[in-house]
Amino acid sequence: MTRRVRGAAALGREGLRFLAEKPTRPGGLLAPLPKHKLGVDYDTSWARRYPVRLARAVVLDDITRPIARVVLSPRVIGLEHLDPVQGPMILAANHASHLDTGLLLSSLPVALRHHTIVAAAADYFFDRHWKAAFWSFGLGAIPMERSKVNRRSADLAAGLVNDGWSLIIFPEGGRTADGWGREFKGGASYLAKRCGVPVIPVHIRGTRAVLAKSSSRFRPGATEIRLGDALIAREHEDARKFAARIEQAVAALADEAESDWWSARRRAAAGTTPPFRGPEASPWRREWALPDSARKDQRATREHRKRQPWSRDD
Amino acid sequence: MSPRPGFVLEVDRSTPATLIWHGEGFRLERLPVGTRVVYGPEPLPPLADPDLAIRHALDNPLGDSKPLQALLFPGMRLTIAFDDISLPLPPMRAPDVRQRVIEAVLDLAADAGVDDVVLIAALALHRRMTDPELRHALGDRVFEAFAPHGLLMQHDAEDRSNLVDLGVTDHGEDVEINRRAAESDLLIYVNINLSAMDGGHKSVATGLASYKSIKHHHNVRTMLNSRSFMDIRHSELHSSNWRMGRFIAESGVKLFQIETTLNTDTFPKELGFLQKREWEWSLKDRASFLATSSALGRTPGGLSRKIFHSVYAPHDLTSVQAGAVEAVHEATLANLFRQQLVEVSGQTDVLTMGLPYIGPYNVNSTMNPILVACLGLGYFFNLYRGKPLVREGGVVIISHPTPWEFNPVHHPSYIDFFEQVLAETTDMFEIEAKYEESFATDPWYVHLYRTSYAYHGVHPLYMWYWCAHALAHLGRVIVVGGDRAAVRRLGFSPASTLEDALELAEDVVGRDPTITHLRVPPLLMAEVT
Repeated sequence: MTRRVRGAAALGREGLRFLAEKPTRPGGLLAPLPKHKLGVDYDTSWARRYPVRLARAVVLDDITRPIARVVLSPRVIGLEHLDPVQGPMILAANHASHLDTGLLLSSLPVALRHHTIVAAAADYFFDRHWKAAFWSFGLGAIPMERSKVNRRSADLAAGLVNDGWSLIIFPEGGRTADGWGREFKGGASYLAKRCGVPVIPVHIRGTRAVLAKSSSRFRPGATEIRLGDALIAREHEDARKFAARIEQAVAALADEAESDWWSARRRAAAGTTPPFRGPEASPWRREWALPDSARKDQRATREHRKRQPWSRDD
Repeated sequence: MSPRPGFVLEVDRSTPATLIWHGEGFRLERLPVGTRVVYGPEPLPPLADPDLAIRHALDNPLGDSKPLQALLFPGMRLTIAFDDISLPLPPMRAPDVRQRVIEAVLDLAADAGVDDVVLIAALALHRRMTDPELRHALGDRVFEAFAPHGLLMQHDAEDRSNLVDLGVTDHGEDVEINRRAAESDLLIYVNINLSAMDGGHKSVATGLASYKSIKHHHNVRTMLNSRSFMDIRHSELHSSNWRMGRFIAESGVKLFQIETTLNTDTFPKELGFLQKREWEWSLKDRASFLATSSALGRTPGGLSRKIFHSVYAPHDLTSVQAGAVEAVHEATLANLFRQQLVEVSGQTDVLTMGLPYIGPYNVNSTMNPILVACLGLGYFFNLYRGKPLVREGGVVIISHPTPWEFNPVHHPSYIDFFEQVLAETTDMFEIEAKYEESFATDPWYVHLYRTSYAYHGVHPLYMWYWCAHALAHLGRVIVVGGDRAAVRRLGFSPASTLEDALELAEDVVGRDPTITHLRVPPLLMAEVT
C-alpha cells in the first residue's frame, strides 16, 4: 500500500538518507542515455592543455619511467628508425598487456613521448568518468571506438595527428588472450593514409609474462621493444592492404625478437616469416607453439620445456 | 535532444516515491505497486525568435483573412482584446506573450496611422486585474501608453451602456458583447492557449460577453454534455460558443484572432525538480526538495501563499498563429496537443491527483474549497480526450488542504454560496433553479464586480457547475488532508492519508482496484483509448 515517505518538515537522519540515496529507476523503463558524455563522446581536450601536459610529463618521466625501468627492464631496439621521420607518426604495436602503453610511451625519446597521444578503447577506458579522466591525464589517451567505425573518434585522432601529435595505436583492437597476435584492423592504416604520416611498426615482447590479460598476477620480468622501419602507404594501396603490410612488419619484428635480425630479414624476404597470428589449430596446439616470450608464465614454461625433448629451445 | 514524449509509468518495487502536490506544498508518496502514473511530455523547445514568429503570423494569416497590415487604415477604430489574469498559469515571466503580440500589432497600427486604439482585458465574469497585473501582462511600454489615457479598459459584463445585444442564435442563445469591441472596424483578440478549452470562438463569445449571454453555455446541462470541455468536438460548451462566434461574425464584427501556445516549462530552475521525473532527481533536486518542503512546513500559510504566487513560470512561446478564428484555432490545437497529449490505454477504477496552489481563478489569491473542487473535478478530471481517465462509478482522490478560507475581496459571493447554499444542497439543478438568478443579480455583488476586484456574483455557481460532468460520472470523491468540515460541505469524503483514501475507495470500486495517478502540473492531456 502507499507509504508517505516524508512530509513537509522531514529532515534529520531520514532527510540525509534521502539526500545521499540516488533514486532508483522504475524497472519498466529503458536504461537512460548517459548524462555525462563518456565513451567516444568524452572530451579529452583538457588533457592537452599545457599545465596538464606539464604534469603528465613529470609523472611520465619521474614516476612511470623509473618504475618501468625497475619492474620491466625494457630493452629498446631500433630507435634509429625514428630519426628520419619528420613530424608526427603513428606507432602501431602488438598488444599483450595493459603495461604495453606505459612501457612504450616511457621508452620513446623525450621529445616524442611528450608529444604523443594514445588511442584507447572508448568502451573500456572511457566508460566511467574517473577512468576517462585518469587515462586522459596519465597517458594522454583519446577514446577510440573499436567495435565499429566511428566518425567522431576517427576525426578526433586525425585532427590531433594533423596538429602534430604522434599517436600510439594497437591495431589488434585489444590485448591478446592466448599470446598470439590478431588481425590488424584498419584504424592505424586509415589514419596514416588520411593524414599522410608514416607508420612505425613496433613489437613489444615480454609484457604478457608480467601481466597478462585476465590475470591479476604481476610478476616483474624483462621486456623488449623493437621498432621497425617507417612504413608509408603506397599510392592506390587501400587501408586494408596497408594494415596487412603493417601486420607483416610487426610479425617480422616478432620473428627477429625470437631469432636474429639477419635470419628474420631473410625469412621476410622469402615470405616465410612465422605467422603472427599463430597456427590455425586447436587451442592447445596454439598454446604449445607459443614462443617463450609470449607465454603467461615463463618460469613454468621453462620447467615444462625441460621435460620436452622436442622443445625448440633444446 | 528533442523533448521526450509523455508516457504512462507502471509503478514497481524499484519506482521511487512520486511527488504529489498538496496545495501550497507537496510531498513524496510511494504509490501501490501496479499504479499507473501519467507523465506529460517534456517542454517543447521554444521558438528561436518569438518576435519574428509573431510578425510572420501577422503577415501570413490562416483562413480567409488578409494580412493584418492590409486590415489597418487611418481613421479606423481598432480594439485589441486580450486574455486576463487567469492565463497563463502560473503567470509567465516577463515579457509576457501578450506584451510581445500587442507590441507587434501596435507597431503595425502605428505604421498604418491608426489613432483610435483601445485595449480591453477580456474578463468575462472574472475579477478585474490590478494595475501591476496589467503592467506585467502588457509590459511597461504598452501600459504607460494606454492606461493613463483611459484607453486600457477591462471588460465590464454589467455595464449596460457598454454592451450591445447582437441578437439570438438559431438555438435561442442571446449574444451580447462589449460595445466597443462590436462597433470597432477591427477587433483583434490576443489569446494564450494554455489548455485545449481556451481560444477559438470562446475568446470573444465568452471573454467579452455579458451574464445574459454567458449563461447559455455556463450551465449544468451544458457541462453535463461536455465530455470533455477540453475536447471541443465533444463539448456542448464549445458548440454554444461556436454558434455565438459565428453569429458575431455574421453580425458584422470583423475579428482578427491571434492565438499562441506555450510550452510546459512551468517552474523556474530553483523549483525545477517539480517538473522532473522522480527517478531522475539529482542531488541538487533532492536537496531543493528537502529544503523547500521543510521550509514550507515551517512557513505560515499566508506567507507560503505569497511565496508561491510570486513564482513566475519560464514558459516559452511554441507557436503563434493569426487570422480567421476557426483556421487559427485548428492550428493552435494541433500545436497544443503536440505539447500536452499523452496516450493512456484504458480507464481506471481510482484516479488520484495532487492539486497545486494555483488555478485559473485564484491567481494572487486563496484557493477556497469551491475552487479546489473546480480545479480537481472541473479541470483535472476533464484533461482527457476520448474517455475519462476514471471509469463510470469510479473514485477520484484529491490531495489538497482545502482550507475553509476565502479571499473576501476576490471571492465575496463564494463565501455566501459556500456558507449558505452548499450547506443546504449540493444538487446542481436545484442550485441553478433556486439560487442562480439571485447571485447573478445581487446589487452588492454586481457593485463589487464592477468597482472592486471581485469575481461576479454568479461565478461560484459556475465553478460548481464545472464539476457537473465529474460528479455525475463518479461514485465518490475523496479529499486527502483537507479540512474535514469543508470537504464534507462539498459532499466529498475526507481522508487523512492516501492509504486511508484508497481503503475508502474500495468500498465503492471493490478490492484491489486499478489506480492511476495524474502527475499534473506540468499540464497534460490524456488521450484515453
